[in-house]
Amino acid sequence: MSPDSGTPYLPAPFTTSPTPLTLITRGAEAALYKTTFLTPHQPCALKIRPPKPWRHPTLDARLTRQRILAEARALVKCGREGVRVPQVLGMSWEEGWVALEWIAGRTVKDVIWGWRAEGAEKGDAWLRGLLGKVGRAVGLLHSIGVVHGDLTSSNMIVEEQGSTAGEGEIVLIDFGLATQAVQEEDRAVDLYVLERAFGSTHPREEALFGVVLEAYAGSYKGAKATLKRLEDVRMRGRKKSMIG
Amino acid sequence: MEVITLPHLEQHPLSVCLFRNVQNAAFLRQQLLQANHDFEYAFLDASVLLSRTHVLAACFRAITDVLHARLKSHNVHSEIVFALSPNNNIADSFRRFGISDQSTNILAIKVGGDASQIEAHLMQHVQGTPVLFTDATLQTMRDPARIRKIYRVDVASKEAEAFILGTMALKGS
Repeated sequence: MSPDSGTPYLPAPFTTSPTPLTLITRGAEAALYKTTFLTPHQPCALKIRPPKPWRHPTLDARLTRQRILAEARALVKCGREGVRVPQVLGMSWEEGWVALEWIAGRTVKDVIWGWRAEGAEKGDAWLRGLLGKVGRAVGLLHSIGVVHGDLTSSNMIVEEQGSTAGEGEIVLIDFGLATQAVQEEDRAVDLYVLERAFGSTHPREEALFGVVLEAYAGSYKGAKATLKRLEDVRMRGRKKSMIG
Repeated sequence: MEVITLPHLEQHPLSVCLFRNVQNAAFLRQQLLQANHDFEYAFLDASVLLSRTHVLAACFRAITDVLHARLKSHNVHSEIVFALSPNNNIADSFRRFGISDQSTNILAIKVGGDASQIEAHLMQHVQGTPVLFTDATLQTMRDPARIRKIYRVDVASKEAEAFILGTMALKGS
């Protein structure tokens, strides 16, 4: 299914509904729509994993089911442990959709680009404040045994809080690659992925990435050990086993 | 009584009525046990309901499961009761969320049907005071200890709702 192939796949009951669905983004695995759920006033992010016609149907159903459930389980676990993530409002693993709480705000990526576009007039201290929040958010996630798997500045939203845009809490989104792992290695790789992504998305701010790691270091017991492991990961890259 | 249309399930309107001080819960329960076709409702004990969202999430799940022909219980109304439960035990879910002979605050839900007929039928047979189905009203009827015990949460409040909806959504996986 190429990204712009005619009518997009929608599972029932979304096929027959007059409630509008707005396509927000489409990735390799899933499409994300904005719509409403349960009440006409509750905005929601509907993530749909269409069937992949190149896979055997049985395998396809099993993979879709496994992946959508892994994502939902990680989110529910975060919700229980007090990590701010979109809450799961409803799902169907058979049809491959999950309805998530809509998070209003801008991605960390957009906020940093905006900061740069304004000529950094808010100052370094302001950006350091934001990066500190990012470090603590990732640390809190790791402290409960969840590894995000795709940490980038566009998978974090600075939640809108009234009029003060860019000052709210960090909400981590897109748990499509999340795993519930307790290995130091996995957490270190998670940080490494973020470090590399940050460096290429925000080359001019790269020097400030240390602020993220400093905040991370103080966010949970065991963070220091993860950072130590991160040094090893930097030396060799993220694939430890070198198989595949 | 209120008619609620869930987004995406416009063809399946819900007729919902919340009653306070119901005197004849035993009679209503008896109708359910005898599978009296005139009493095809989901009767919920309001003391274990957290919020409107909590109830509507169960309704959405039940209706979509009907549409895909994967009911675990015998009809959409019993499925609503079942959908509220955090586990897969049907009898257990009826005991916890369905009405008992002692229930006094009852939420009646019917999927589809003619709203005015449903309202007349409920008013005729439920001996209680219809009140507005709002979070504020539910809060006055709530038994926090039971909700905490059922869902194993620390507080039965709006904060726990995220986890409770997630648990319900993941049920049966």
